[in-house]
Amino acid sequence: METTRLTRREVLAFFTAALAASQLPAFAQVPKGYGTDPDLTKLHTPGDVWPLTFSAAEKKAATALADVIFPADHIGPAASALRVSDYIDEWISAPYPQQQGERPVILEGLAWLDAEAQRRFTKDFAALTSEQHRAICDDICWPADAKPAFAKAAQFFVQFRALSAAAYYGTPDGWKAIGFIGNIPLPTFDGPPKEVLEKLGLEQTVK
Amino acid sequence: MPIITSSKSQPEYDVVIVGSGAGGGQMAYTLTLNGLKCVMLEAGRNYDPVKETPMFQRPDQAPLGGAATPDKQFFGYFDATIDGGWEVPGEPYTQASEKKEEQFWWWRTRMLGGRTNHWGRISLRNGPYDFKPHSRDGLGFDWPIGYEDVEPYYTKVEMLIGVYGANSGLENTPDSPDGVLLPPPKGRVGDLMAQKHGRKLGIPVVSIHRAVLTKAQDADNIPAKLHPGNERAQRLVAESMRQRAACFWATSCVRGCSIRANYQSTTVHLPPALASGNLDIIPNAHAREVIVGEDGRATGVLYIDKTTGKEERVKAKVVVLAASSGETIRILLNSKSARHPHGLANGSGLVGKYTMDSVGASFGGQIPALENLPAHNEEGAGGDHFYTPWWLYKEQKAGKLDFARGYHIEIGGTRPMPGGGSPIRDSFVKGAYGTKLKEEARRYYGSFVNYAARGEMIPNENSFADLDPVVKDKFGIPVLRWHWRWSDHEFNQALHAEKTFAALITEMGGTPNRPVAKTGLEAISPGGKIIHEVGGALMGFDAKKSVCNSWNQTWEVKNLFLCDGAPFPSNADKNPTLTIMALAWRTGDYIIEQSRKGNL
Repeated sequence: METTRLTRREVLAFFTAALAASQLPAFAQVPKGYGTDPDLTKLHTPGDVWPLTFSAAEKKAATALADVIFPADHIGPAASALRVSDYIDEWISAPYPQQQGERPVILEGLAWLDAEAQRRFTKDFAALTSEQHRAICDDICWPADAKPAFAKAAQFFVQFRALSAAAYYGTPDGWKAIGFIGNIPLPTFDGPPKEVLEKLGLEQTVK
Repeated sequence: MPIITSSKSQPEYDVVIVGSGAGGGQMAYTLTLNGLKCVMLEAGRNYDPVKETPMFQRPDQAPLGGAATPDKQFFGYFDATIDGGWEVPGEPYTQASEKKEEQFWWWRTRMLGGRTNHWGRISLRNGPYDFKPHSRDGLGFDWPIGYEDVEPYYTKVEMLIGVYGANSGLENTPDSPDGVLLPPPKGRVGDLMAQKHGRKLGIPVVSIHRAVLTKAQDADNIPAKLHPGNERAQRLVAESMRQRAACFWATSCVRGCSIRANYQSTTVHLPPALASGNLDIIPNAHAREVIVGEDGRATGVLYIDKTTGKEERVKAKVVVLAASSGETIRILLNSKSARHPHGLANGSGLVGKYTMDSVGASFGGQIPALENLPAHNEEGAGGDHFYTPWWLYKEQKAGKLDFARGYHIEIGGTRPMPGGGSPIRDSFVKGAYGTKLKEEARRYYGSFVNYAARGEMIPNENSFADLDPVVKDKFGIPVLRWHWRWSDHEFNQALHAEKTFAALITEMGGTPNRPVAKTGLEAISPGGKIIHEVGGALMGFDAKKSVCNSWNQTWEVKNLFLCDGAPFPSNADKNPTLTIMALAWRTGDYIIEQSRKGNL
């Protein structure tokens, strides 16, 4: 059997092809990540595939802010108990275009947070009281209401909150907190419980 | 005979099958259980869902919570797809146009079982109208076969793979014979809401049909119905069926299924075929072209062995291409010789022409009545339970609609597993944080409904694939160049779907997530995004106007058959997989019969 070593012409053609592919609608370049055939049965921990980014100060600020957004209460544990900041660190460290795009927003936002805490209270954000946390967060928690000076910080807050929520609610405690029940084998599927059907005035039509 | 490498292949086979998905899997099953010696070429690696499926892995156990990335596209990290997606490294395709709306997204999967490993398992029969669309409205093409030709095979495939659902008796939505369908799963909250409120709008909502076992298959009786008089086939199929467990109502089917409760080629078609001793599978075998002898008959397939980089040949008396319609077109166009300068089976010049996808549109809303519902489990069968078959045939016939063909509505669940993305919608929770945010998250979770339209695209002159004159893939094989254009039929259909969904959401007391699109282009999903690619080597009534005859057999090369979606002359709103399987079984029976008569 003849071998098919690529000719120089074919190698050039391949790069032309790669260029053409880069003009496709999305996923413009494929960076080095976990690859197209990762072992799906392996349990993954942040830092396993690509190195994390946060400095000690960034990690402290991220952990503190995540706990302001998701504190321990009657609904569920604090974000820090669910390793939310590790997830955010993994996210912004990922080599993919979307995550690379979000990276500066998060890192600059965390730096701003500490600088703002120092400016107002001469302490890092993590060292503030709940009241002081609220004073800063109330100014940046919703872009539509934020003063122009806080516009950029408000964009950061919403993005940080979304990442925190993705992390928080991807855990068993998060599922409990939001009301998701599943991922457990059942002998039968009985549909919505009676109290739910009654509340909605619905009747099960599959008998 | 098992999974082998190139060097272990036999000098010659009865049949070589390119592709291991729905078409290739069904073909291998049909032929090997009837004693034909087959070899299957699969471009991707071997794959065992029983060992490799991440059944209960949680988002917090995956990188990025399982969110989609360029490495794992679409459903993300836990999507069963391996080495695949709309882009495959080193295997580009090109677009003839720079305009986004004239581009085609081509999903490929490089693994044993192909796209069957992650598909939605929605298994709908084409109805009688769907085989004769041109006769009904003068558009597109009629099939050279009718529903009655395919009906027995739909029934057999449903019994083999296991399909849940109920007969609805609705127009052009065929019922299955009694006892064929497995019990439909119970309606979920969103299903029952849509059903109740749809009634007021004249929209029927009924049980969908999906290839998931809602109870164990009747392994004592089904095999004899599938293979009368063939005791060996009956025994092998019964053994395989007994290996399949009923659904345990957890985890999404797009991950695949380690207990074989849903259909994948790798858990349903290939095990009995391999057990027959008549099937060799060569993974990592990227088919390049069909080899043709001096008499014009196909003699085998030339492929790249990806493990060595070498070109290899496998010989067979019959060649079956089931590589996905795009890849099948590409193999034919690349099978050039002095005798076939424009590619194989292409005397008509029609190879590559009339490619189609489904029309896709999706639309969601928020329903206050669903806020703060008591938490409950609605994972169900790992996919849709209810749907709406196209229901406006009469209005369409009366000329009341500005598009010619229909769509069905797929009804999503309202309490999906969170993770991989934020389950919180900013516009609802606004600036909330702390305990207030957690309360709001709980309040709104479960209150969002989403509807997806899957509609029929009419084949047109401007949607086709040819070979790019310059670009080659990493193996040096010329790649496909896609040409794509929707017509107003598709645009108007997508708009109609959005308006329907908005009306239904409003009827339920809810608010649509956004205003209805102003143009069809805004409403319609890009071509290829629905991954229902068919056409490109149409079957028809005569050799000048089509590529295949009514047996999926190319007019020009008698021992060459196309058994994926490529021969489809139309793409009904019904998802194509069940029809691909039914036609592959029918073609397999024809190959067996013709081989016995010495005609191949």
